[in-house]
Amino acid sequence: MIAHSIFFYTFSIIAVISAIMVTVSKNTVHSVFFLILDFISISCLFIMIGAEFLGMIMLIVYVGAVAVLFLFVVMMLNVAQQKNQWFASQESSGHIPVGLIISTIIFFELIIVIGGWKYKPDLFDINNSLNTFNVSNTHALGQILYTDYIHVFQLSGMILLVAMIGAIVLTFRKREGVKKQSYLKQISRERSEGVQVLEVETNKGVKIDD
Amino acid sequence: MTEIGLGHYLTLGAVIFSIGIIGIFLNRKNIIVILMSIELILLAVNINLVAFSIFLGDLAGQVFTLFILTVAAAEAAIGLAIIVVYYRNSGTIRVEEIDKLKG
Repeated sequence: MIAHSIFFYTFSIIAVISAIMVTVSKNTVHSVFFLILDFISISCLFIMIGAEFLGMIMLIVYVGAVAVLFLFVVMMLNVAQQKNQWFASQESSGHIPVGLIISTIIFFELIIVIGGWKYKPDLFDINNSLNTFNVSNTHALGQILYTDYIHVFQLSGMILLVAMIGAIVLTFRKREGVKKQSYLKQISRERSEGVQVLEVETNKGVKIDD
Repeated sequence: MTEIGLGHYLTLGAVIFSIGIIGIFLNRKNIIVILMSIELILLAVNINLVAFSIFLGDLAGQVFTLFILTVAAAEAAIGLAIIVVYYRNSGTIRVEEIDKLKG
C-alpha cells in the first residue's frame, strides 16, 4: 500500500503544481506546456488506479489534440510576442529550458508508469466489483458503451459534428486575389470568346488587344 | 502515511477545480489562459467521476467521463475558433480590452 501512496502523492503534487503554473505563468506558451504536463500526470493517475482506457484516451485527446490546438493558436496569434524566434535568435531561449524540464518530467512519469505496470495487481486491493468477470477495463467499457449508452454515444458524435462545422464556418473566409481553377468556367468557354481570326496584311503584322 | 482512498482523489479534484476557478478570475492577460482554466475545471470533474467509478465499482462514471471529454474537445475547438475570429477583427485578445458589449 505504501507504493500506492508514493504513486498518488508524486503524480498529484506534480499535477497541482503544474495547474498553478498554468494560471500564474507570464508566458502563454509556458502555460500550454504546463497544461500538457498536468494532463499527462492525471492520465498516469488514471492508468494506475485502473481506468486504463480513459487514461490513454486522455493522452490522445487532450495532449495529442487539444493542447496542440492551443499551442497552434497561441503561436498563430502572436500573443506571447514570439516572432519566429523559437530557435533562431540567441536572446529568446526562454522556451527551451521550460520545454526541456517539462519533457524530462513527462519522460520519468511514463517510465514510472510503464515500470510499475507489472506490479499493478499487487498495488491495489480495492474491493473492485468491476474485475469480477476478469475482463479488462476497455472490454468492460465497450460492453456497456455500445449497448446501454448507445444513444448518448451517438449524441456525442453529433456534438462533435456540430463543433467541427461550427469551427470551419467561423474561421472560413473568402480571400481576394487568390487564383483558383473553376471547372465550370473552363467548360462553358466558347470558341467565339477565345479565338479570333484576323486578316494579316503583308509587311504590316498584327496588333492584338488594342 | 494513511491508505489512499476515495477522499484523497476527491481532494485532488477539489484542489484542481479551485485552481481553475482562481485562474479564471485572476487572469488579466489573454483569453486563451481562461480557456485553459476551463479545461482544468473539466479535468477536475473527470478526476471525481473516475475516482467514484473505481472506488464504488460502477462503470457508468467512466462512460460519462468519456462524454465530458467529447464535450471538452468540442468546446475547445469552438472557443479557439471564436478567439481567432475576434483577433482577426479587432487585433487584440487582451481581457481588459475586450469591451465591445460594455459589460
